[in-house]
Amino acid sequence: MSRPEHAELTDLDAAELGRRLSAGEVSSVEATRAYLDRIEAEDGAVGAYLHVDTDAALERAAAVDAARAAGEELGPLAGLPVALKDVFVTEGVPTTSGSRILEGWRPPYDATVTRRLKDAGTVLLGKTNMDEFAMGSSTENSAYRVTRNPWDLARIPGGSSGGSSAAVAGGLAPWALGTDTGGSIRQPAAVTGLVGHKPTYGSVSRYGLIAFSSSLDQAGPMARTVLDAAVLHEAIGGHDPRDSTSIDAPLPPLAECARRGAAGDLTGLRVGVVRELGGEGHADGYEEGVLARVAEAVQLIEGMGAEVREVSCPSFDLALPAYYLIAPSEASSNLARFEGMRFGIRVADDGRHDLDEVMALTREQGFGPEVKRRIILGTYALSAGYYDAYYGQAQKVRTLITRDFTAAFADVDVLISPTTPSVAFPIGSRVDDPLAMYAADLCTLPASLAGLPATSVPCGLSDGLPVGLQIMAPALADDRCYSLAAAVEAALDSARGHRLLDELPTRAGAAS
Amino acid sequence: MTTTTPDRLVDLDEVLTRYEPVIGLETHVELGTVSKMFCGCSTTFGAEPNTQTCPVCLGLPGSLPVANAAAVEHTIRIGLALGCRIASWSRFARKNYFYPDIPKGFQTSQYDEPLCTAGHLDVEVDGETYRVEIERVHLEEDTGKNLHVGGATGRIHGADHSLVDFNRAGIPLVEIVTRPIPGTGAKAPEVARAYVTELREIVQALGASDVRMEQGSLRCDVNTSLAPTGSLEWGTRTETKNVNSLRSVERAVRYEMRRQAAVLDAGGRVLQETRHFHEDTGSTSPGRSKEEATDYRYFPEPDLVPLAPDAEEVEKLAAGLPELPAARRVRLQEEWGLSATEMAWLVNADALGLVTDTVAAGASPAEARKWWLGELARRANDAGVELGDLAVTPRQVAELTALVADGTINDQLARQTLDGVLAGEGDPRQVVEARGLAVMGESDELVAAVEAAIAGAPDVVEKVRGGKVAALGALVGAVMKTTRGKADAATVRRMLEERVVGS
Repeated sequence: MSRPEHAELTDLDAAELGRRLSAGEVSSVEATRAYLDRIEAEDGAVGAYLHVDTDAALERAAAVDAARAAGEELGPLAGLPVALKDVFVTEGVPTTSGSRILEGWRPPYDATVTRRLKDAGTVLLGKTNMDEFAMGSSTENSAYRVTRNPWDLARIPGGSSGGSSAAVAGGLAPWALGTDTGGSIRQPAAVTGLVGHKPTYGSVSRYGLIAFSSSLDQAGPMARTVLDAAVLHEAIGGHDPRDSTSIDAPLPPLAECARRGAAGDLTGLRVGVVRELGGEGHADGYEEGVLARVAEAVQLIEGMGAEVREVSCPSFDLALPAYYLIAPSEASSNLARFEGMRFGIRVADDGRHDLDEVMALTREQGFGPEVKRRIILGTYALSAGYYDAYYGQAQKVRTLITRDFTAAFADVDVLISPTTPSVAFPIGSRVDDPLAMYAADLCTLPASLAGLPATSVPCGLSDGLPVGLQIMAPALADDRCYSLAAAVEAALDSARGHRLLDELPTRAGAAS
Repeated sequence: MTTTTPDRLVDLDEVLTRYEPVIGLETHVELGTVSKMFCGCSTTFGAEPNTQTCPVCLGLPGSLPVANAAAVEHTIRIGLALGCRIASWSRFARKNYFYPDIPKGFQTSQYDEPLCTAGHLDVEVDGETYRVEIERVHLEEDTGKNLHVGGATGRIHGADHSLVDFNRAGIPLVEIVTRPIPGTGAKAPEVARAYVTELREIVQALGASDVRMEQGSLRCDVNTSLAPTGSLEWGTRTETKNVNSLRSVERAVRYEMRRQAAVLDAGGRVLQETRHFHEDTGSTSPGRSKEEATDYRYFPEPDLVPLAPDAEEVEKLAAGLPELPAARRVRLQEEWGLSATEMAWLVNADALGLVTDTVAAGASPAEARKWWLGELARRANDAGVELGDLAVTPRQVAELTALVADGTINDQLARQTLDGVLAGEGDPRQVVEARGLAVMGESDELVAAVEAAIAGAPDVVEKVRGGKVAALGALVGAVMKTTRGKADAATVRRMLEERVVGS
């Protein structure tokens, strides 16, 4: 495959591209076109995007360039391209949440994070593929297309934010936003060699994020470096009066912590390794290569001066069943609005079907099998006579998990674990086994249920595929995740002599 | 169908010989906030369909609710006025069901954690006081409004398509639920009406809503059940939906008592069902059976943080409550020197507020009462409208009484003046001027009219002079006729006596 012109721009991390834009070494139109050209050339094989907003992107880029030429004061993100998971509503730009039921819908408004990225002067390249309504761990539940992992096109890019992970890892976007309900930022980041961060619940606005599970959903950054992730997080984070669960507190200085963390001095940092997430007696289903890379990362962290100890969080074993009651329960209600009356597709409106039939047939044809499975599961868990045994019980488990975290954070500053028990698995290998698919979220679910911040940072390869290290911190201490992630990233990059993404086969091949 | 709608109803008196009624009321009040419950859209009534909407109240994907603080405050004030306990921690819940007028596929309401609980309201019927226990007062959002097009009746049956107006969707709605009310016997229909009347007065006094039943800003669901007299168990209740006037509340209870008695007398079983009230016939009919099977799958609304009104805030709201209707009635009764019965009439006629405003505008309490309960009540009745909807203001009524008091017009002229006011001809003074309605003095015109009457009826004059003084009335009538009622009858009589008898 021959590389499009300016292809090297698409290999840069966002910080470096931003520096060149600010310095006038490259224009936003050049950078945007480089990405659009590469999407044109390669997205057929990767399948990261559901919609590429070519004309609007070039227009916006040109406007930023014109403003810069006119000497206007521009923010540090001005002119930088970005991709959004298709779960964020974008005014006038198709938004489907990966579902057939929203086919053709152009929202009349912007999500708060969409608005904030626009206000920062970024250029929206397009909307990325995802598991339908963010339900899945492989992006195979998308109603539209399969997305492939740039590290191995036969494998999944993770999910549900798999379009975003594939785009950023594959050089089709410098960075992107994902959403994380039970691991949907961290797991795809882990299996594609990216940094992904799920912010503290309530610290990034959910307004305009198509809800899967309201008490769990959080938007967050997916990037090639810890610093990029922190910068993107700062751009979207902070209080939003349109989201009443939004926390009215200033964000910690994330980018600054990422920069400082890269110095690698972890003296005094107390790090807990969670036994229940891949530790002794709890390693069933975890790949050896994954555990080996994580163990090496632990040693590395210790070597940088941190105090490492094992921590037990017994309730974590219950996270998976609790999650698969709470999330589907909320989803069954959140997805009730998709009935064909006001937006999206409408089926069987032919005068021969009554209202209930039109609604039912629209949902029958509009939703895929995994979405239906969870609606049915959630509807059941909330029904009269079962509520206490299922939804109610799951909420109690949620409280126990939160207590485990609270107890652990009395002794340590951060907790670490693998991000996901395995590396990227082959496309198609788990589609017929929902429980195997759900197991991909085993390590990410506890922080989701407790509403805590957690980062996945690459910690090497296993059989040529990326492994992620998960770093969890107390609520609102997202900065601790970034500091430690930056230290790990810097140490590994320097030991290896280059960035992990430089080993990406497609990129390595293209460069040679 | 035959089991729920009998051919013949049982007379109410007879019902009471065999059965005891238990009633219950669920009242929805649309709050008069400027914006909707969970978004910033306007709540103005009567706007073009779907012009007062946004992503939130349309339930567009991604949108999120934010609770209206003013609505929460109103709800707490209503709770305080009803003597409720105000929860220190309360949550919204989702009530899940599919219908086109609920945009999100669920209604955001409150379930097991309402804002206010355990209050009461005392109402008076025929001098007797009945205590109505309030179970809860909670806050929720209104639904959109379905418009069925193509049918004859505007109902869904027979329509060829339906439209939805979401202007109403998301308007804050307070639901006030009573506990079952036993022990009202034959007075059950009146107690139901008195309760709603009193509740409406309270909400109005609080300024929480304009409580206009005809616009749907106050809506009632009326529960009725019958049990055999002396039975320890209550009967099966029916819920009559959306009863839209005070009179209808009373009629709905009465009808259900008579219907249920007929069903039970025939050995039938009352079905627990939703019924619709028909204003034209005063009867009820079974509603859609849909409701019975619905499991609403309530669960705490995760998009909204719990409401946690702190005690100090609640105390401040309690301290700021206005004088409530019951206290106000006691005060006014004393100030106006009325008997309890007279006061009850005023209240029953829904005229207390109007009389109060008329007195405030300068009329004497007696005159104000006389006009509103007499002439104006008659006219409202003739026109089939509520007293308060007549096209005359308390200020205008006060002006009218002032014109009578200073002799500018008499009672008959005042009625003609009122005709003009109601016809939109302006204030009473303007109407008197424009129509030339002022009482005539002893003018040349009146003297001429008196003399013409005497000249025109020599036989009457003869009778009077012959001692039949009563016959003078015919002459007075003739003068009044020629002057089209503008003359003062006493003056005319005196003038006639002077000329016929006294000379």
